[in-house]
Amino acid sequence: MSKTTSETSPQDTPQGAAISDFGIDTTSQSTGEAARDYVARLRGGELGSLPALLGVIVLLIVFSSLADTFLTLGNIANLLAQGASVVIIAMGLVFVLLLGEIDLSAGTASGVCASVMALHLVKGGNLLGGMGDTVFYLFCGILVLAAVFAAMMRIWAGTALSLVALGIALFGVPANAWVEMLLAVCVGAAIGSITGFLVARVGIPSFVVTLALFLAWGGVILQFIGQGGTLGLNDDTLFNVANGNLSTAGSWALFVLATGGYAAVVLGRHFSRLRRGLVASPTPMVLAKVGAVVLLAAVATYALTLNRSQSSVVVITGVPFVVPIVLVLLVIGTFVLERTRYGRHVYAVGGNKEAARRAGINVAQIRMSVFVIASTLAAIGAIVYSSKVGSVDPNAGGGNTLLMAVGAAVIGGTSLFGGKGKLRDAVIGGAVLAIIQNGMGLLKQPAAVVFIVTGLVLLLAASVDALSRRRAATTVR
Amino acid sequence: MSEPILELRGINKSFGPVHVLHDIDFDVHPGQVTALVGDNGAGKSTLVKCIAGIHPTDSGQVLFNGDEVHIHGPRDAANLGIEVVYQDLALCDNLDIVQNMFLGRERGKLGMLNEADMEQAARTTLTSLSVRTVKSVRTQVASLSGGQRQTVAIAKAVLWNSKVVLLDEPTAALGVAQTRQVLDLVRRLAEQGLGVVLISHNMNDVFEVADRIACLYLGRMAAEVNTKDVTHGQVVELITAGRSGDLGIARPETATI
Repeated sequence: MSKTTSETSPQDTPQGAAISDFGIDTTSQSTGEAARDYVARLRGGELGSLPALLGVIVLLIVFSSLADTFLTLGNIANLLAQGASVVIIAMGLVFVLLLGEIDLSAGTASGVCASVMALHLVKGGNLLGGMGDTVFYLFCGILVLAAVFAAMMRIWAGTALSLVALGIALFGVPANAWVEMLLAVCVGAAIGSITGFLVARVGIPSFVVTLALFLAWGGVILQFIGQGGTLGLNDDTLFNVANGNLSTAGSWALFVLATGGYAAVVLGRHFSRLRRGLVASPTPMVLAKVGAVVLLAAVATYALTLNRSQSSVVVITGVPFVVPIVLVLLVIGTFVLERTRYGRHVYAVGGNKEAARRAGINVAQIRMSVFVIASTLAAIGAIVYSSKVGSVDPNAGGGNTLLMAVGAAVIGGTSLFGGKGKLRDAVIGGAVLAIIQNGMGLLKQPAAVVFIVTGLVLLLAASVDALSRRRAATTVR
Repeated sequence: MSEPILELRGINKSFGPVHVLHDIDFDVHPGQVTALVGDNGAGKSTLVKCIAGIHPTDSGQVLFNGDEVHIHGPRDAANLGIEVVYQDLALCDNLDIVQNMFLGRERGKLGMLNEADMEQAARTTLTSLSVRTVKSVRTQVASLSGGQRQTVAIAKAVLWNSKVVLLDEPTAALGVAQTRQVLDLVRRLAEQGLGVVLISHNMNDVFEVADRIACLYLGRMAAEVNTKDVTHGQVVELITAGRSGDLGIARPETATI
């Protein structure tokens, strides 16, 4: 035994001394080293959301030089409200894309949530009267089914939300803006439970399940609203979700809360890592990052608290409500993905399903849960766009809503192959799409051109993803 | 010789009509490397998967530390302290070394992660195994070489204070220097008092690190011998014919009488 060890001691290996050791591995780097590391990673194909960020900057420069009205405060605020719903739906899709799955039904599912919400509001809480007997009992049956499916896979949140939706429907809870929003979110969770169960437990490929449901939900919306009908949302609270603004004081309070929280979390984590001798980025780099975010947020908050009204009669100031809505969702979602066991498992299943299974992760449960999250977020997106439009029609969530959301996630840097992507990708990608649509509109381009350009940008983003993957596969190892 | 930490008694396993394992008896001793050899299709990987709880066994007993245990899934095996390092490396490319080492058993309260704790524990483990070659424990596994990945996979198994580590062809895809590193690591595991099972096709590797050799032949245990009692040639005969001189399965005609 001792013979073998002396023979195989590391000193005998030719390259033994040349290689650095885990025991002395680098935990802190100088700024220069970190920058070189970053460049090396970029060259290795780990682009992240860099191309999309550059895209946002280029588009901002191009449109502000071409269209005088582009960089006005009114238009910027409008841009935020326009892009918010797609961004929210895209955030949900990031979870699904992280597993390398797809949810084609997220758009029409959000439409179903919007139409149930509008129907409940318009009929004063009487869904039975609004839907008719047969449809209502079918609707309740589907909610029960969703609750059972979620319970079978031990996704209790899905069960609970489905049952809340069932309760609101059966007890005829009176119409109220907050009840409507809760109902929409609960119906979204129920829809996600059904999609997820079919994919994860029954084992149908997600493409087929969600394609079928995409068609089916489109029909459901039509059934709920009626051919050619429109349900108006005559409610101040619902209208304000996408059209209202925070007060000036509220805007600055949001600024303090958001940037203060961000700085506290980032710096607190950084210095605790340094203290414990763990791998950490160089301090100047962290400080620069935090400083840049605070500065940018301060400028944006200041600009949005100025009066941006076109007429002298009304005064429009303050940060639009959609900003805190998107921020809250972004923070919660990022926390879940980066800091919780669940998020880690989502990445693991997306990276290597078999490895995750062997590590004792319940792969089916994870796969189902991402569809529940996607549909729930799609429901929140539905609330925002219904509020923006002020009504729900049979085309709600149809057309290219879903494709825009997938496009936003992919343009932002989420990989279609699974395992790679962050929630902020959806926000950055959504910004790219919103800027293109808004800017082209201001330039009075016909819809044909807008669609073609949007399509080409998406194609470009998908190529960047595929090429960077190929690069990552060839440069290392 | 020490008491075996893991004993298999009369294990049978069929996949439909194919009887893959016939009455397998197999012992793993702490502080020793037991090599499991056999030709392709002899049932080595199936045996490992049965021990790991990936496949249920049809019949037979598993004794751990002398007590009978029932392994119904990977979790049961892990709870006993049995860890498997698979041939196709159960690592997630998109996660870093620390994240992979703690996959499925993350530390932290209320579903949250305690990254600092995990990073320190991972570094301690890697240092205790004198693992070289990786610059940072926060390196993504995708950018590691084959040997480095194998090292991470083995270190992952050790992190859990495991008692038995099963290695499925850990050196199959590696170059000379990397094979050396992994074999060193295997030896070090045994010196730390773990029961190590090494599946390998490479006789040089087997003779270099193994204390005992168990040879499977067409789903039967042909022989369990001490490495120092046999020669290279005898083991090759056991693998290809199931017998070598007095060792191995009796000739079919004598067995039927």
